[in-house]
This record gives sequence, C-alpha cells and structure tokens, in this order.
Amino acid sequence: MVPAFSIQLLNFLAALLLLIAFAMLSQRRILSLIYLFAWQGAVLALSTTVVAYSTGQDHLYYSAALTLILKALLLPWILHRLIIRLNIKWDVETMINVPTTMLVGIGLVIIAFNLAAPISQLAGTITRNALGFAMASVLLSFLMMITRHKAVAQVVGFLAMENGLFFAATSATYGMPMVVELGIALDVLVGTVIFGIFFFRIRETFDSLDIKHLEKLKED
Amino acid sequence: MTSSIFSQLFQTLLVVLLAPLLLGWVNQCRAWLQNKSGAGVLQPYRVLHKLFHKDAVLAENASSLFRTAPYVQFACMVLVASIVPMVATDLPFAAAADVIALVGLFALARLFAALAGMDVGTAFGSMGARREMLVASLAEPALLMILFTPSLIAQSTSLTTIVEVLAHHRFVLYPSLAFAAVAFAMVALAENARIPIDNPATHLELTMIHEAMILEYSARHLALIEWASAIKLANYSAVGIALFLPWGIAAAGDWQAIPFALAALLLKLLLGGAALALLETLSAKMRIFRAPEFLGTAFLLAVLGMLARLLLER
Repeated sequence: MVPAFSIQLLNFLAALLLLIAFAMLSQRRILSLIYLFAWQGAVLALSTTVVAYSTGQDHLYYSAALTLILKALLLPWILHRLIIRLNIKWDVETMINVPTTMLVGIGLVIIAFNLAAPISQLAGTITRNALGFAMASVLLSFLMMITRHKAVAQVVGFLAMENGLFFAATSATYGMPMVVELGIALDVLVGTVIFGIFFFRIRETFDSLDIKHLEKLKED
Repeated sequence: MTSSIFSQLFQTLLVVLLAPLLLGWVNQCRAWLQNKSGAGVLQPYRVLHKLFHKDAVLAENASSLFRTAPYVQFACMVLVASIVPMVATDLPFAAAADVIALVGLFALARLFAALAGMDVGTAFGSMGARREMLVASLAEPALLMILFTPSLIAQSTSLTTIVEVLAHHRFVLYPSLAFAAVAFAMVALAENARIPIDNPATHLELTMIHEAMILEYSARHLALIEWASAIKLANYSAVGIALFLPWGIAAAGDWQAIPFALAALLLKLLLGGAALALLETLSAKMRIFRAPEFLGTAFLLAVLGMLARLLLER
C-alpha cells in the first residue's frame, strides 16, 4: 500500500530533520551549528505547514508561522549576535571524538525507532510514522548537549531538542493547544535571552565558556 | 534483440566518449567560479589527443604490471559504463553484473592503480597507493551500504530493475533514499579524488593521493588513465542519477522516449557538474586524517538509510 503524497512528504521532511540533527552532532564549528539550527527550524515550519494542509487543522498554520519567525530567524539571529559579541567562532571541543559520537547516535536512532514503533501502531494520526524520527532527533540533541564542553553548543543542543519535541507533538497529536504552544515559544525566547546573559557572566567569572569550570563552584 | 544490442552499444559509447566533456564542464564551471576564463569544455579532449601522440617513457625497473594497469583500469570503467542505465533501461549486458559486482569492478580498477603505483618503487607512488587504499577501504563498505537501500526498495540488486521500479512505478518519496543520497555524494567525492579528500588540480607532493600514484606514467598510458578517471566520474554521476534522480530514463523498448531521456540526462549532468564545481569551490581540502571521519559519517548515514527503510517504510 502506498500512502498519500502528503504523508510521504512529511516522512521525507522528518528524515531531513534527523539528517540535520546528525549534521549538528558532527559539526565542529559554532557558526555552522547555528546555521544548521536555523535550517532545522525552517524544515520544522515546512513540515508543520504540510500537516496543517493535509489535516485541515487551521491553528497549525499559526504555529508554523510562529516556528518560522522564532526558530528559523529570531533565535539564530540572537545566537549569531551573541557569538559575535563573545568573539567565539572557532572549533567546538567535544568530550568524545566525533566518530564515536556518531556511533552512539546510530544506537540512539535504533532505540528511538523501536520505541516509537508500538506507539505508532496505536496512534490514529496520519503522521504517526514521523514519531520515530522525532524521538530520534530529541535523543540526538540530548546527546549533543552531553558531549559538548562549551555553553553555546549546549544551548543550541537544548533548542534543537525543543525542535524535536515540537515535531513529536505535531506528528503524534497534530500539535499542542495554541496557548501551550505560545507559552513554550515565549519560554524558549526568554530562555535564550537569559542564556545570553549567562554566557557573559560565565565568561566574566572564568575567562572561558567551558562549563567544566563550573565544577569549581562546588562546596567541599 | 538487435535493437537492445544497439541500445547497449549506443549507451556505452555515449558514456565513454562524453566523459571527458563532463570533466571539461566541471573544470570550466570551477574556473568561472574562481573568476578565471578557463580552458574551455573541450580541453580534456585536447589533453588526451596530445598524450596519445607522444612516445611513452617507462621507468627502467617497471614490470609488465605497470604497462598493463592502464588498460585494466580503462576496461573496468568501460565495463561499468555498460551496466549503468543512463538513457534507457534496455541493457542486455546489465544482467552480467549487479550493483555488488559494480563495486567489485571499481575495486579491481583501484587495485591495479595502487599496484602500478608501487611497482616502480618511487616514494611518491607507494605513498599515493597507500593513501588511496586507506580512502578506498573506508569508501567501499559505505558504497555497498548505500546501494543496499535502493536494492531493498526494488527487491533486486540489478541496476536496471532498480531504475524500472523507481522511475516507472508510482512516484513515492522515500526518506531512506535521502540518507543514501547524502552518503552517496560524500562517497562519490572521495572516490573520484575530488576536493574535501583529494585535490584533482594539485601537484604538490604532500597532498596528492590519486595524482601521486600516476606520477610515473606518460603518453598513451597516462592518457588511458586520465580517460578512465573521466569515465569514472561519469559512471558515478550515472549511478547517482539512476538511484536518486531516475525520472526521464526511458523504459525498455520505448523508443519514442529516447530523445527526451537524452535531454533529461544532459540537463542532469550539466546541473550535477555545476553543483560539483560549486561544492569544490566552497570547501577546503581536509587533512588526510580527517578522511576516516568523513567517510565514517557517510557509512553511518548509509546505515541510517537502511534502518529507516527496514523499520519505518513497511
């Protein structure tokens, strides 16, 4: 049985999201990381539009527009300005080397696909196949947060994780209620601004954005 | 039967004769992107013509292997050219070799190139050969994994069947093919000695891979090797088109579709060549020790494509 074209397109976009998540995982430069994050936001907005169009859920158009403005344009712009003002464009250090990280990533993808399979069987939505991809990108962003030393890369990982969660919500239940979505969008925006302030504070205190210095704050 | 033999001959000759043109087009695009005027798209033909009219010089201690290697490489590439459908799927020869044999043919050509590079015993030849084998040992498993994804979709490892299924059955977007396509682009760059891995224009000894192996060759031997690598580029483009952009390739026995298929092929190759030139201009050559990471990523993406196929597209 061949599913309808919109579902194929949605699965394809889901695969694209996962590809971007992998690219972020293997990316060493912080500027490219932010560009990839912007692309992820754009793909997310497109996929939300496709879901909105194929299911006739009008409120999803608004959330697609919100995603495009916030996640593909505004947040990358804020982050971009931040790293230019912090003057950190060079390589991101990773805790484990990149090939090992990618291998762990493949393992996570297998876990996510298997985990999503029984849920997709139960779900009645047309978009249920994309759930595995969504969970995989959430786990990959999580892995990225764990394996990076620098605060900026961790924040990008956090925002990417939010993207994955948003995609999971869209694909599992056709999106959250508008109020919740607006709330989360505002949270993410404010969060990024606060993270920006934190970056400056961390650097002022330790002369570096490497968060392993934060361990010094522990009381003995 | 005669018509399919004609179709076979036509396609093989088309690839073999037009391969230098594709290379010339890529070089021309690259020159334009670098604000140079370029040598023209016909330059590879001029080079081949010049090389074929020179007297060959062989090193004193070169064995017969050194002399036969260019012919083996050229023959392998022509053979590959005759099993990859470019214009029509009507290829009687394609039954002789499937995608796995295709990888084997590429490997055979590479093996002879590496052996010939070591044969004369110069330092650069052996160094180039070793580097080539390093890249190959990583690129080959990735290429096999990539080819398995479309094979799983088509339930066949024959390239003509894969193209029939992908191009002429109902149009379906396969997410797994997206992963495979990205991985294929990475492997194709590495295997054709293009920029992130190797620089085809360099003659700086320390960075050469492919060029270092063929330093000792001259005249007709060099011409055959250069021609073979041009055909290799065309072959990789043909495989990429057949697997990921097969729309337009004519079905067997459909003679009316041939002119359209030719036009589509030309357009795809023009765009593909321009994209390759753009990619090469935008990226910088990697350190050789980064190559395993690059190709490891390609392998993992190919595995991911297969996983997506096996777990999600049932």
